[in-house]
Amino acid sequence: MCLAVPMQVVSVEGERAEVQGAGTRRRIRTDLLPDVQTGEWVLVHAGFAIERIDAEEAAESMKLLEEMLGAVG
Amino acid sequence: MRGLAQAIRETGVSGKRLMEVCGTHTMAAARFGLRSLLEGTVRLSSGPGCPVCVTPQKDIDRFLAIGFAHGAILTSFGDMLRVPGSESSLEEARAQGVDVRIVYSCMDAVDLACETDREVVLFGVGFETTAPGVGVAVVEAQKRGLRNFSVLAAHKTMPAALEALASSDIEVHGFILPGHVSAIIGAGAYEFLPERYGMPCVISGFEPADMLQAVKVLLEQIKAQQPKVEIQYSRAVSREGNRAAQAVLNRVFEPCDAVWRGLGMIEGSGLRLRDEFAQFDAAKRFDVEVPDRPEPAGCLCGQVLAGRVDPPDCSLFGEACTPEHPVGACMVSSEGACAAWYRYRG
Repeated sequence: MCLAVPMQVVSVEGERAEVQGAGTRRRIRTDLLPDVQTGEWVLVHAGFAIERIDAEEAAESMKLLEEMLGAVG
Repeated sequence: MRGLAQAIRETGVSGKRLMEVCGTHTMAAARFGLRSLLEGTVRLSSGPGCPVCVTPQKDIDRFLAIGFAHGAILTSFGDMLRVPGSESSLEEARAQGVDVRIVYSCMDAVDLACETDREVVLFGVGFETTAPGVGVAVVEAQKRGLRNFSVLAAHKTMPAALEALASSDIEVHGFILPGHVSAIIGAGAYEFLPERYGMPCVISGFEPADMLQAVKVLLEQIKAQQPKVEIQYSRAVSREGNRAAQAVLNRVFEPCDAVWRGLGMIEGSGLRLRDEFAQFDAAKRFDVEVPDRPEPAGCLCGQVLAGRVDPPDCSLFGEACTPEHPVGACMVSSEGACAAWYRYRG
């Protein structure tokens, strides 16, 4: 439930943004990170960007997440 | 990882019990065998970190009652679907004709309310990671002038629960604190734990190396007798947290007393909608009195969640209670301690 996925911001339009990562693209809300910019990596939880994350570390986290999701699914 | 395990042993601290309080940590620890890796040095226990698991039966019963009695469309995050109330679950109710829709984001429930005249009710389950989004949904519903959208708030907050654990008779020598709740509320929210209770605390990321690092830092704090709140998950957590998310939380919700499965009532550990948003509060909109009912016979979810027993200590574990036919929430939830033990330890 607390699972938050690192994704990269592709575009921002008001309170909506398009993000990509883990082989998917999503439209999410940016109300909780109002100054988010294109190109930034963010943690996405239940349709919201909840925090910024360092890009390099994000890449590491993604690898782990893909493994974990593969195991649970 | 082996290097970290070695470094942990080299602190010379042993016989300590550390508790993680996050469902994702429960899963990561089980998946990567951290408990056995740490055997002999540290006892790693699971606490009430799975918001699905700590939602009391009565809240589920209330939510279902709205569907059965009022014909509302019930919307919920997916992990609640199979969690048993005292008589039914969302999944079973759906099979009996209740309109249950799983949403990925609470904004989907708001959009749904725009497209129908029927009542749409969102089950507000989750800790501080999830509640701000629900707050945004309520504000959005207000902006759009919706008259058919409401939230049954069952949110819970971590600091009060941690205080209840720290001041209880449950033996815990340090907390591995949740990563994403902390990204929202900030490390500062936990400072009362070392200050008032001498409790070592480390906010950990979700990779196995993160958690082992957190354990090492906790043992170092214990050895130096210098408890504090340290951030291991620095790539996402700061002392202040996410101010915008905190602002939404404070605007839409206020603290209230809440019942946690396994811990009982904890003062100020829940969130309810403020009066300004009363028309979006399903508890006020619908008549939802349901009777108290006992937990299923033999189910030890409550004790598991409080860290008093481990899942295999429950007589139902692996026999009457498995992921395919779960009895209690800890086995149903993908982040429940019982599900984690079952899946990764046979």
